[in-house]
Amino acid sequence: MPEKLRLGIFKFASCDGCQLSLLNAEEELLELAELVEFAHFPEASSRIESGPYDLVLIEGSISTPNDLDHIQKIRRQTDTLVTIGACATAGGIQALRNGANHDEFMKLVYPHPEFVQSLATSTPISNHVSVDFELRGCPVDTGQLLQIISDKLHHRKFSVPDHSVCRDCKLQNIVCVSVARGIPCLGPLTQAGCGAICPRFHRGCYGCFGPCHQTNTDGLTDWLIKDGHSSAELIPLFLNVNAEAPEFARTGAQLMRQDSAEGESHE
Amino acid sequence: MSESRTIRVGALTRVEGEGALHVSLNNNVIDRVELNIYEPPRFFEAFLRGRPLEDVPDLTARICGICPVAYQMSSACAIEAALEIEIPNEIHQLRKLLYCGEWIESHCLHMHLLQAPDFFGYSSGLELGKHFPDEVKRGLRLKKIGNQILEVLGGRSVHPVNVCIGGFYRTPVPDELQNLIPELEWGLQAAIETTHWISGFDFPDFVRDYDLISISNSSDYPWFGVTMASSKGESFDVKEYEQVICEYQVPHSTALQAQKIESRTSCLFGPLARINHSRDNFHPNARKLADRVNTQWPCNNPFQSILARGLEVVHAFEEALEICRNYQRPSESRIPYQPRAGVGMAATEAPRGTLFHHYEIDDAGLIQHATIIPPTSQNQKQIENDLRDYLPPLLSMEDDQVAQACERLIRSYDPCISCATHFLKLSIERVE
Ligand code: SF4
Ligand code: SF4
Repeated sequence: MPEKLRLGIFKFASCDGCQLSLLNAEEELLELAELVEFAHFPEASSRIESGPYDLVLIEGSISTPNDLDHIQKIRRQTDTLVTIGACATAGGIQALRNGANHDEFMKLVYPHPEFVQSLATSTPISNHVSVDFELRGCPVDTGQLLQIISDKLHHRKFSVPDHSVCRDCKLQNIVCVSVARGIPCLGPLTQAGCGAICPRFHRGCYGCFGPCHQTNTDGLTDWLIKDGHSSAELIPLFLNVNAEAPEFARTGAQLMRQDSAEGESHE
Repeated sequence: MSESRTIRVGALTRVEGEGALHVSLNNNVIDRVELNIYEPPRFFEAFLRGRPLEDVPDLTARICGICPVAYQMSSACAIEAALEIEIPNEIHQLRKLLYCGEWIESHCLHMHLLQAPDFFGYSSGLELGKHFPDEVKRGLRLKKIGNQILEVLGGRSVHPVNVCIGGFYRTPVPDELQNLIPELEWGLQAAIETTHWISGFDFPDFVRDYDLISISNSSDYPWFGVTMASSKGESFDVKEYEQVICEYQVPHSTALQAQKIESRTSCLFGPLARINHSRDNFHPNARKLADRVNTQWPCNNPFQSILARGLEVVHAFEEALEICRNYQRPSESRIPYQPRAGVGMAATEAPRGTLFHHYEIDDAGLIQHATIIPPTSQNQKQIENDLRDYLPPLLSMEDDQVAQACERLIRSYDPCISCATHFLKLSIERVE
């Protein structure tokens, strides 16, 4: 029998939902265990083995002083490193602290901030080490996750579709929530992968898979504003689980400026 | 002469979160037991300020990928309390169904992949599966049915997208729930078999004197409710939660701990608390099974919480079946409301125990203040106390065996990952 692929799964600041997406593979999990050695998966196995690893999946963002060192150590032991989920690829929901006053945040949550180690920012893994592939989503899609592992097993190039959620809606004949219901939706800007879940449930996409490759963000926000939505209403869609993905961060900031300008002109 | 030695041993694994256990001994007598939880701070209560109230269920879900529905439910109920919205029973039933999905998924994950391996000395559920293939496959299929409920009602199992303030974005058409029934029927029988299997495990004899706290209702087994019951005190209204239980910080952990304010004592939340208070409210199959499994009621052995989880899964299947069989699509998927200033509190029963939320909202519907008290931080002090009494007879063993035994005990509480923790190391400091 050929040697098994040595897989490591590591966690930084996160909710564990992306790792759980792997445990959610249920039946495939047992099959996978035949081909893959879970060399480091502390949430599933007490057997922890040191590197080197053939494939490492990283969940979570860099947010404490210790993380800075830890991620370098992991990279040195890893052949192929794939980041999984919005936390690891864009800093995640916890990156909402990035623009805020960190000391104030600390004091709000902890009576003794001095006991707690935390960086002022939450940043994606790729800001710190080289990353071979980024898998998007909050959480990642189980099918895409299995595909990445299978690609590595079969020495295939990693790739996932990079069109928009909006196109998936059209392919699935889902009635457009923006046109039919006047609900603001980031589907046209957001990378596919979820199967257009939110529009299926009659709500707008809030961008949990992050911006797709080619986006006409300004075109969409202009249209939504002409359609009667305020900047204030759109800000939380962009400044959400992918708030620090560059395209969303830029648009969020722009909408905030517009919103405060609108506020002033009303006074 | 005093000699101090710190020994680092193996990993505290199969617990969702990261942490360490530090034990210090003075002449072989336990001096301190500290459960170090160093989950990086993520500042939810801080960044929620200023967000529109509609965002809160989706944002707080990201606290924990294993129990996102609990966060969606506690936050929605608390905000609805602030807005004084009454949720009609038909929508409430759907929320209960969603919660059934989460309990089934989370409990079956914990029972089969995390805790059961400990009873046989295996390192993982996958290894357990080599020796008990039928039981583990059955467990994974049960877990999958939990996920299917979440997918039908919420689009996906981790961070489902359908819960909103006032109800749901879209209610399912009757066929969607009808189609679940065959799997639920299979699941009910399978869950009964699983619980029998677990009942035959060899449980360490470790009976405690717990102050058990959970929601308690006159007729419903608790997912939702407004009255908190304590096995060593008065029951209290959820609005008084923060007058009875407070969080405080210890230097060795980033997760806050909790205790009763007046007595400064620890309490235990979760399946043992619920089952001891409310097993009379179980559906018939779960009720009957509770009398037949291998335990004494009230059950105060933390290792047997796996049995309580098994019984709760049986109950959840019965509940889910009842809801699906009686389902008629509500005329409205959600109750409309106008934002207004208010204060709201709510607790619901996450798989691991009571999850309390408190929000203050301004008249534009923006969050002014948020307090979230998750189950793991509330159990942490109790876990430390239990370890303190569990450790003495183990101390003659090698350090790695001590570590294993402690991990086993800690895993039995199903400490939620990211509400709080990651376990990495046990260190024993011996001063002689
Ligand atoms: S990306 Fe989302 S689902 Fe994944 S770990 Fe982060 S918060 Fe959880
Ligand atoms: S529609 Fe958008 S927000 Fe909803 S699941 Fe898909 S990518 Fe995420």
